[in-house]
Amino acid sequence: MTDHSFVRTEMLPEQPAPLGETGILLWLKTNMFSGIANSIASVVTIVIIYILAKEIILWGYQPSWGLGSVRACFDDPNVTGACWGVIPERFNQLMYGFYPKDEQWRINLSFFLMVAAIAPVLFNKIPRKAIYFSLLYPFIAFWLIWGDSIWGPIAALAGFAIAYGAIRVLNPVAGAIVGITTGVLLALVWWLFAAVPASVIVNGVIPIELEVVQSRNIGGLTLSVIIGISGIALSFPIGVILALGRQSDMFIVKVLCVGFIEFIRGVPLITLLFVASILLNYFLPPGTSFDLLLRVVIVVTLFSAAYLAEVVRGGLAALPTGQYEAADALGLDYWKSMRLIIMPQALKISIPGIVSNFIGLFKDTTLVSIIGLLDPVGLINAIRGTAEWKGILWELYIFLALMFWIFTFAMSRYSMYLERKLKTGH
Amino acid sequence: MSEAIKKVAMEVSDEVAIQITDMNKWYGDFHVLKDINITVNRGERIVVCGPSGSGKSTLIRCINRLEVHQRGKIVVDGTELTSDLKNIDKIRSEVGMCFQHFNLFPHLTILENCTLAPIWVRKTPKKEAEEIAMHFLEKVKIPEQALKYPGQLSGGQQQRVAIARSLCMKPRIMLFDEPTSALDPEMIAEVLDTMVELAEEGMTMIVVTHEMGFARKVANRVIFMDQGQIVEQNEPEEFFNNPKSERTQLFLSQILGH
Repeated sequence: MTDHSFVRTEMLPEQPAPLGETGILLWLKTNMFSGIANSIASVVTIVIIYILAKEIILWGYQPSWGLGSVRACFDDPNVTGACWGVIPERFNQLMYGFYPKDEQWRINLSFFLMVAAIAPVLFNKIPRKAIYFSLLYPFIAFWLIWGDSIWGPIAALAGFAIAYGAIRVLNPVAGAIVGITTGVLLALVWWLFAAVPASVIVNGVIPIELEVVQSRNIGGLTLSVIIGISGIALSFPIGVILALGRQSDMFIVKVLCVGFIEFIRGVPLITLLFVASILLNYFLPPGTSFDLLLRVVIVVTLFSAAYLAEVVRGGLAALPTGQYEAADALGLDYWKSMRLIIMPQALKISIPGIVSNFIGLFKDTTLVSIIGLLDPVGLINAIRGTAEWKGILWELYIFLALMFWIFTFAMSRYSMYLERKLKTGH
Repeated sequence: MSEAIKKVAMEVSDEVAIQITDMNKWYGDFHVLKDINITVNRGERIVVCGPSGSGKSTLIRCINRLEVHQRGKIVVDGTELTSDLKNIDKIRSEVGMCFQHFNLFPHLTILENCTLAPIWVRKTPKKEAEEIAMHFLEKVKIPEQALKYPGQLSGGQQQRVAIARSLCMKPRIMLFDEPTSALDPEMIAEVLDTMVELAEEGMTMIVVTHEMGFARKVANRVIFMDQGQIVEQNEPEEFFNNPKSERTQLFLSQILGH
């Protein structure tokens, strides 16, 4: 019998890896040439990509940026592909629609302020106080974009202040239910009866006004961003509430939430947009004019909220029941445990779904061209109908695709950043 | 069990901490708990054991209303458990609970796990809550992990954090639901040591466990449950050396026999 006993007296030193097992060579070997089939596939793919890229670049790289019509491109012997002249000529329209030229700085300003307002929501390194500006931003942007007296948005804001003040004063005295109800009622009374006259009177004394711009003149990418961002900002809280409502123990709340979600998800967005543009007028009392853009924002918000609710519900379902139990066992009430324990985790799980939902919403804003709003797609159809640019197709759509891609790609990168940041395991 | 077991000093007061009277619970048609009657005095350490499915976990989960009982009465610290949310939250903040799977909050650091409930339920100022948390983390011997996340800790460490998290609420009663069942053998000891220390300080404890060594050392009463009823309860010496019921004898022979 051989003796198998063995005792190691010294540990072996580390040795460098063999050549071709690290760095770029390893990468090529494992990723592109790991076997005969893979090598063939790699070579074929590279050839196809080369041919495609060559054709696209040859078509797209043209000295046609300064030309003023399709005919000019056609007549120019140097231009053999894309007719880019349409982009600089119609750039303003594609961005702003028919917003008055002299007032377009207002859109630009709103956009930069929007970036400043969104930043504290997206990144927690920015001082927390900046969030107050984010809360004010909708009122500032509304005034900048639609113009008229500044006292209108301020009066609207005052409604929230009234509600807040009433709740702060009454809650300690009369309890939360009385406080909140009174606060909400006071705010509603203010908005319905006092806000408009008050703003008119104050404006009579201190007039601060911008030229009024009608919703029908707002178009182009501006319109897409207004609908998209409002839809995203509003549908998020509504979606979360719907998701919680769907899980509620209260039968009525649950039925209402499930009914709403299933109804909205059962109807195409276009149908809802038609309802917003045509049918809603029949149901509203005669004489009420309800801005079409506002109606579209409401419809898009509700539509997105229903989908979002299901995405968030997926996140809620993925949490182990132990998390709910631990929160309960510590004595946290329902809202605190949702806010501090359940939602942060459920939302983290649902980030990819939420963001893809928002990307979808942003792209769906182009559907409003069907009900006659001049979003970029609507404008492109109009531009293609003019004498100079008759029949132009690829150039405009490529440009539009690029514009949308910038927004959606930013969203998708942000979601990946957020997922990395919130990762707390190993 | 060869080594001599040093018995933890017992100081049981006459004050009643938990009173369960004729409690019954059903899951649908299934009768999980049948006519449970238990009185726990302040400072008592009770170990509940029994085969799986005997209702022992359900029993202690009823005490802080993670499960709802349908008949009978549970009075914790003088407050009766009813569907009144105020009472439930009050009892829950007085009764600490540790779970088999720890249930730490993975998105919060260890320190935040410990300060969350004091800050949001007890309205303790953040700084004070952090001091309390560090005190208890030192007590369970992991203050250096305070800024890590639960996912970075071993199972035994996580369970000790879970104990510290409960202690930060300064509970008067602690419930343990199989605290060592999900742990590797070498980690069971560190968690049990923490629990023994807690017992030495006179905490009222109800522990569902299969660790019979712990029961001998710490408990002043062992309750054996089977099929949703209390089959036998006695002082540990008597319970282990001289079990009366056949079911208890069978259970003990299975659990200690190998």
